[in-house]
Amino acid sequence: MDPQSSSSAASKRFATRAIHVGAEPDPRTGAVIPPLVLASTFVQQVAGEWGEYDYTRSGNPTRHNVELTLASLENGTHALAFSSGMAATHAATMLLENGDHIVAGTDIYGGTYRLLHKITNRAGVTVTLAPTTDLSALRAAMTPRTRLVWLETPGNPLLTISDIAACAEIAHQHGALLAVDNTFATPVLTQPLTLGADIVMHSATKYLGGHSDLLGGALIVKSSSLRDRLYFIQNATGAVLSPFESYLLARGLKTLDLRVRHQCQTALELARRLQVDPRVQHVIYPGLPDHPHAALAQRQLTGGAGAIVTLEVHGGVSRAKRMVETTRLFRLAVSLGAVESLIEQPALMSHASYAAADRARYGITDGLVRLSVGLEHVDDLWEDLDQAIGH
Amino acid sequence: MSSKPTTSNGQDLPFSRAGGPGASTLAVHAGEARQKVGDSITDAIFCASTYTFANTQAVIDYIQQKQPREEYGRYGNPSQRVVERKLAALEGGEAALLFSSGMSALVGLLMTLMNSGDEVIFFDECYHRSREFCTKHLSRFGVVTHQVRACDYAAMEAAVTPRTRLLVSESPTNPHLSVVDLQKFAAIGKRHGVATLIDATLASPYNLRPIQYGVDYVLHSATKYLGGHNDLLAGVLIATQEKLEPIDKLRGIMGAINSPHNIYLLERGLKTFELRMQRHNANGQALAEFLDRHPRVEKVYYPGLPSHPYYDVARETMSGFGGLVTFLVRNADWQATAAIVDRMQLARIAPSLGGVETLIEQPLVMSYFEATPQDRQKWGIHDNMIRVACGIENTEDLLADFEQALRP
Ligand SMILES: Cc1ncc(COP(=O)(O)O)c(C=O)c1O
Ligand SMILES: Cc1ncc(COP(=O)(O)O)c(C=O)c1O
Repeated sequence: MDPQSSSSAASKRFATRAIHVGAEPDPRTGAVIPPLVLASTFVQQVAGEWGEYDYTRSGNPTRHNVELTLASLENGTHALAFSSGMAATHAATMLLENGDHIVAGTDIYGGTYRLLHKITNRAGVTVTLAPTTDLSALRAAMTPRTRLVWLETPGNPLLTISDIAACAEIAHQHGALLAVDNTFATPVLTQPLTLGADIVMHSATKYLGGHSDLLGGALIVKSSSLRDRLYFIQNATGAVLSPFESYLLARGLKTLDLRVRHQCQTALELARRLQVDPRVQHVIYPGLPDHPHAALAQRQLTGGAGAIVTLEVHGGVSRAKRMVETTRLFRLAVSLGAVESLIEQPALMSHASYAAADRARYGITDGLVRLSVGLEHVDDLWEDLDQAIGH
Repeated sequence: MSSKPTTSNGQDLPFSRAGGPGASTLAVHAGEARQKVGDSITDAIFCASTYTFANTQAVIDYIQQKQPREEYGRYGNPSQRVVERKLAALEGGEAALLFSSGMSALVGLLMTLMNSGDEVIFFDECYHRSREFCTKHLSRFGVVTHQVRACDYAAMEAAVTPRTRLLVSESPTNPHLSVVDLQKFAAIGKRHGVATLIDATLASPYNLRPIQYGVDYVLHSATKYLGGHNDLLAGVLIATQEKLEPIDKLRGIMGAINSPHNIYLLERGLKTFELRMQRHNANGQALAEFLDRHPRVEKVYYPGLPSHPYYDVARETMSGFGGLVTFLVRNADWQATAAIVDRMQLARIAPSLGGVETLIEQPLVMSYFEATPQDRQKWGIHDNMIRVACGIENTEDLLADFEQALRP
């Protein structure tokens, strides 16, 4: 089970590790796919002396396997799998104590915003939002009690790019940890731990699972002491990923590299076509040269600029609403990162939990439309957008 | 709906682009209802073994075929129908029938078509269990099996008698990867009014669509590329609705149906079908070329190599050549060959193919250990033969593994 013993797969390239690390054939039966262990509890030999597993909240072989894969893909040493992305984020915020302070980006998932402002604050932890794309603004937001800097890159839904290495330096100068929500980039494109981050968080519901059929979250770290603190929180609070979901997640990871690279290519092509379309007011995509952080995106996102495209059509909110309601292949739904393409209006859907004033302040306008590009043929998707934007 | 194979040509897709939808668009969407149970984006798993009727009249309506609906799990399942439509669309066929394994699909077809005294003709390069079923079991029911050399169309035609009911071949064949000229093969059937079956498991519908050439039935062990993750067994037959109907009835009696959980994994696996096949094809081609240049390799069987006897047929009919590569080790007996297999680190020793993990086997050991040397010679199973089923790992990692295993 140790990744080192795993057919030396640990030293291989990404696509290979995604398939082999954490997937040692079962030694008893030779099963090429490790068995799915549903047990809630494990029989012990001696009272008071625990075997490798005792109780599934504390550890489970199927979950452990996918944690090995996740740690390997993020270049971390340890991973913890949670029942959802929010459960993972919540666990990370529980590292903090009364009086501590968090600085979070202004372009973060609505649910994270809600957690920080409505749950974490109850423990006496204060939150300041700052654009993590602007290093002097980030520096200015830091206080002596700042323990955690939380950022998302590419940001959601405006696809801003934060410089992970530079933010890590600022966080560390102030004695704070840097956590990066790497859901949009995925480890295929960016490995934040390598760039200096301390914690990588994923909504595994998205690209990692990749098939719109599981909820999951993960925290990946590169220090065993931080892992121990987070493991204590996870075990004590209990939001673990179920064995079935762990299995589906592991299965999804095997095609992660192929999926994300293909989705990025299609997204870039769609962004280019939208950009020159007179019916479209503007397109935000980190792979377009006119993106405000294009140079950083090119450096930090290797092999693709992600598969989310945000745009605004001429004709305002009503036109946007009509567009999201008339696509046929792009289905109207929140979430992202799966094989099916999805479309949504952030102000009404993914970012409805932002205060309206904060939405306005941070540029999440009502007419914004967010596309999550799936695996369908680029021309099929283009034809769908074309008819939905209409004339 | 019940006891009717499910039809689709991807016409149920919510759009129509000139040239038809892309393979990946079909893989993701074809066959699925646009609005699903609970508005869910993915298909639900129907575990029910049986289906309830509101009242007696509903039962009577159902029996009199007024109400297409489910009745009992052995006769059909909503999830099964979705996957059948998706597979039919990917194959460019009219309808599909899903079975619990590739073998049960083959058995379902043979048991439907064959009566005592009937004859079936096989090209002799084939999955050894397919052969075994015919020679050891169908024979007990008085069905006669003739085997002729693979791709010898004249021999096949010469073997046809008035009692011949079915001509069978794999394409590409296992493990020699001979590629059948489907036009010639289908024409023999047409000329003599005999049905034709191609087991296209090794090609997958991404690389080959036999129906275009007039073949009547296409079979896949969906355990392989279609499921794609080495974690399920399934089989499928694709043909016209009319041809499949009696097989569907027999399936309902034989009971070799696929389980709802398994069907879900198959449907999920199909979503990445195009991407996986592209990588399988790329890895297969890269490994074949690597082995072809390697001094320790005597011969490579891969339809994508110009030296392959069926290279031209393959190029004409296939859009890729798959992940299966067979080769002979130079100057090696079976033990020296086994030593190479045992040195592999990434590739794992196991039967089967078509999953994301690369698998390797020595056919002599894995499938023909108990066969006589004469039979092995007849079937072209050499002592120094290795069969590789390339997965979708990084290509350089895969080649590096062979590089180290073949080091003298
Ligand atoms: C960037 C990002 N972070 C976190 C989450 C929360 O994850 P989950 O929905 O798995 O709890 C989401 C999605 O919902 C997200 O898009
Ligand atoms: C070409 C071919 N046909 C049929 C089968 C039988 O399929 P299954 O193992 O799914 O019964 C196999 C594999 O085992 C095969 O390789």
